[in-house]
Amino acid sequence: MSATQSGSAAGTGIGASVLRKEDRRFLIGKGRYTDDINVAGQTHAVFVRSPHAHATINSIKTDAARAAPGVVAVLTGTDLAGDGIGPLICGVTVTSDDGQPHRAAVHPALAQGKVNYVGDHVAIVIAETYAQARDSAELVEVDYGILPAVTSTAHATDAGQQQIHDVAPNNMCFNWPFGDKAAVEATFAKAHKVSSLDLVNNRMVTNPMEPRAALGEYNTGTEEITLHVTTQNPHVHRLVLSAFNQLAPEHKLRVVGPDVGGGFGAKIFIYAEELVVGWACRKVQRPVKWTADRTEAFLSDAHGRDHVSKAEMAMDKDGNFLALRVMTNANLGAYLSTFATMVPSYLYAFLLAGQYRTPLIYSEVKAVYTNTSPVDASRGAGRPEATYLLERLVDVCAADMNMDPAEIRRKNFIPKDAFPYQTPVVQCYDSGDYEEALDKALILADYKGFPARAQAAKARGKRRGIGLSSYVEACGIAPSAAVGQLGGGVGLWESAQVRFNPTGNVQVFTGTHSHGQGHETTFAQLINELLGVPIENVEVIHGDTAKTQFGMGTYGSRSLAVGGVAIAKACEKLIAKGKKIAAHALEAAEGDIEFANGNFSVAGTDKAMNIAAVAFNAYVPHSYPAGLEPGFDENAFFDPLNFSFPAGTHVCEVEVDLDTGEVEIVKYSAVDDFGRLVNPMIVEGQVHGGIVHGIGQALLEGCRYDSEGQLLTASFMDYAMPRADNVPSFDVDYAPTVPIHNPLGVKGCGEAGAIGAPPAVINAIANALGIKHIDMPATPENVWRAAHAQQRPGQKAA
Amino acid sequence: MYDFNYHKPGSVDDAIKALRKASDGKFVAGGMTMLPTMKHRLASPSDVIDLGGIKELLGITVKGDTITIGAMTTHAAVAASKDVQRLLPALAKLAGNIGDPAVRNRGTIGGSIANNDPAADYPAAVIALGATINTSKGEIDGDEFFTGMFETALAEDELIISVSFTKPKAAAYMKFENPASRYAIVGVFLAKTNDGVRIGITGATPCAHRGMRLEEALNKEFSTAAVDKVIMPVDKMNADIHASAEYRAHLVKVMTQRAVEACK
Repeated sequence: MSATQSGSAAGTGIGASVLRKEDRRFLIGKGRYTDDINVAGQTHAVFVRSPHAHATINSIKTDAARAAPGVVAVLTGTDLAGDGIGPLICGVTVTSDDGQPHRAAVHPALAQGKVNYVGDHVAIVIAETYAQARDSAELVEVDYGILPAVTSTAHATDAGQQQIHDVAPNNMCFNWPFGDKAAVEATFAKAHKVSSLDLVNNRMVTNPMEPRAALGEYNTGTEEITLHVTTQNPHVHRLVLSAFNQLAPEHKLRVVGPDVGGGFGAKIFIYAEELVVGWACRKVQRPVKWTADRTEAFLSDAHGRDHVSKAEMAMDKDGNFLALRVMTNANLGAYLSTFATMVPSYLYAFLLAGQYRTPLIYSEVKAVYTNTSPVDASRGAGRPEATYLLERLVDVCAADMNMDPAEIRRKNFIPKDAFPYQTPVVQCYDSGDYEEALDKALILADYKGFPARAQAAKARGKRRGIGLSSYVEACGIAPSAAVGQLGGGVGLWESAQVRFNPTGNVQVFTGTHSHGQGHETTFAQLINELLGVPIENVEVIHGDTAKTQFGMGTYGSRSLAVGGVAIAKACEKLIAKGKKIAAHALEAAEGDIEFANGNFSVAGTDKAMNIAAVAFNAYVPHSYPAGLEPGFDENAFFDPLNFSFPAGTHVCEVEVDLDTGEVEIVKYSAVDDFGRLVNPMIVEGQVHGGIVHGIGQALLEGCRYDSEGQLLTASFMDYAMPRADNVPSFDVDYAPTVPIHNPLGVKGCGEAGAIGAPPAVINAIANALGIKHIDMPATPENVWRAAHAQQRPGQKAA
Repeated sequence: MYDFNYHKPGSVDDAIKALRKASDGKFVAGGMTMLPTMKHRLASPSDVIDLGGIKELLGITVKGDTITIGAMTTHAAVAASKDVQRLLPALAKLAGNIGDPAVRNRGTIGGSIANNDPAADYPAAVIALGATINTSKGEIDGDEFFTGMFETALAEDELIISVSFTKPKAAAYMKFENPASRYAIVGVFLAKTNDGVRIGITGATPCAHRGMRLEEALNKEFSTAAVDKVIMPVDKMNADIHASAEYRAHLVKVMTQRAVEACK
């Protein structure tokens, strides 16, 4: 019936839930993370960071620090600039409404006369031991001239606000309108009903389990720098560090992302510490290691989300969506992180159609600077913000029209026979069947039985609510030409090399990077499916610029949808070459050779040889086709033809304790369309993790700064991450469709849960309390206040 | 962590001697608060005197209706003790829900009480149960022990030996957890004793204290309705990013009501 059941589900190919090959080393403690790597002569680095959100630096005195025991060097922005090491860059240009490119503030890797957020990098102290480096760092005397701080996303551009960067008047990075404003306004003017909603998308700290780290080594003989770093994309690191930061020529810089303990977007970016460690190891001619502690992670990892928006929908008398208008302030923090500008623009506004055939959409995004940590992509990146806004607004529309939330969605869905569907916001969705996912989700969630459950809860003094979220996202990032048209500085193809060894086993070199996703298993399953090689004979190699030919890395649910296809293309080349070799060995015409299940055979005969024998012939070409190159090793690049568009409907059911405001998620059902599943077990794990991430945003995670720019939630004592007891068991199912632009039929699944869950949870809470809206995170106190205000209208909450 | 001198005495006397000799010495029990504070360089004692080698601080003994718990007894040991479960099930439950398994296997009752974190669980029980704190200098009444935020009636060189609790008629501890730290935003320990209802409240104010207004109401009428009528002093409550004073005041009543239900 479904694509999930195609392939050799019973075996180890596509569709089989085989156990993860990589787990052995993780489970027995043999994972090798950056901080696990120690080299001879290694020194330890500690960064001196700004305690102030906004200040000029009058002077930095390092004499006492340099004289401390064990200190190798104390380096500041002056040293960095003196060596011509360039500032950090943002790789995507967004054109502002005045026709000018976004205002890019200079982002030095060590401060140059000014600091702009708490945690901003002022100096690096390098010593023989970590403790000595910390002791010395305390002796660096920085004289700050404290300035007022800007911390409010909504008010950063207000008149009279403190200016952060001269280059950005009114703290505006860009004001980016998109869509036909006049047509939208005209439609609003004649609409039967306009529903509107003000909402905040709460700032999050991504918090991968492994903190960021870097180990730089300089080889005085080869004049090469090797940088081990917690990265999702080693080649992108190398490219940027080389081309834009002048760290070293590309061929003299090796970047290795070894085992990485979770990324969720936060390890895409090229951070100051990584550049400084790479530079410092050559400067001091000693290996330099830096590992963030958790406080540093909170202060200096790029944060996510942080939007303040107004959303309005114009409808006709039947509840058909006529036009959508969205005004958003997006906080980019103190400086632009590597992809900061892209997140609240192209990854946000281009997803505002959602699953609906709303014909007119106008959005205006003001991206603002504040004295807070830089904000960039975090699991979903722009798409969770778009989905939350739209799916919350749709529930408000349903209430305003007195319609069932499921029915107003169904009424406005893009019908399945309309694909490929060109939305009014650039994206052309290639496949989908939104109604099927909705129907399945409603059955899975027992939507019909909800009123009885709500009644039973009421009898127990509780309030039950049910909430839907029908999301669509753009994954498989991204067609290079589209990236270029949008102002992106890179191509977003992926590469692969599939190499047979003479003994018949296979090494797969991929430009993607696995930091929890299970690529070593999924990609081995692809090889099993396509070439018939047992998965235990397949090794997947990634994360080292000296090993893999090139790669753009892992983010945007792209590894399988783009990197997997590159692997398949390399396999096609091997099969084509193998046919020539087999034809020669089997004394048949090349056109008569067929390949299936790992065997090359002569059509209509029992003459055959398996692919391992072909590989052996290719390396020991004693009797071999004339003119054919020896070797059995092919590479391929794949540039996607379109994004992929995973979609689905999630249903969340909550029970609210009116006495305390606590929200319990009693049931959560997800029906997703990821196209074809290679390893359903891994996919389900991704769905679970994504939903937990989304529930975390909806109920628990709220990054807070005070008005002076101090981070109030700088540890796990104050920043609540979701834990096992915050979530129920999930009911997960699929409603796959075939993406016409993806040769493997896959769409990507890593971000879906984090995109689908937040509106489902908040819609359920709003439903339980009979209120229009509550902002995330819906903490017990906020829910209690909302419930209390609701119970006693007109009275202030006690 | 800054450098310090480490001592591991074998007796209470030696521990006190070591402390008196040090310029700025600190006892460490389980270290669940002290070690992170030192690692963050927020504390820098000259000498750390580890109480882990002192046998006389360990163990749980029962004499009639009184149960005495050695200061160095871990939360896990209290939670698992058959004696505590039999005589004071509410205390066993309290101990079994402190922190996480790692904390429960290191953290101790003496350390928790001596530290007097405003959101710690044990102080509420000590107050509600009218416990006696047995120290190297004598006895301190549970009602007199907690004197302010991170402050106690202990002298600088005074060490908790054990804590004695008397079995109440009924008791319950209700805790509303901080979603991040899982410390108590509000914790209410209610005990029905021979002297009437006693309530210890933690988390709500800078220092654990007796809930006199609630006790008064419940001694008149032991019901949730009686709690409803009590007016809580909102201005005395803690307020932070996790809970306002108003919400904490409300939670004290809700947690008290839940404890009343549990003790009916």
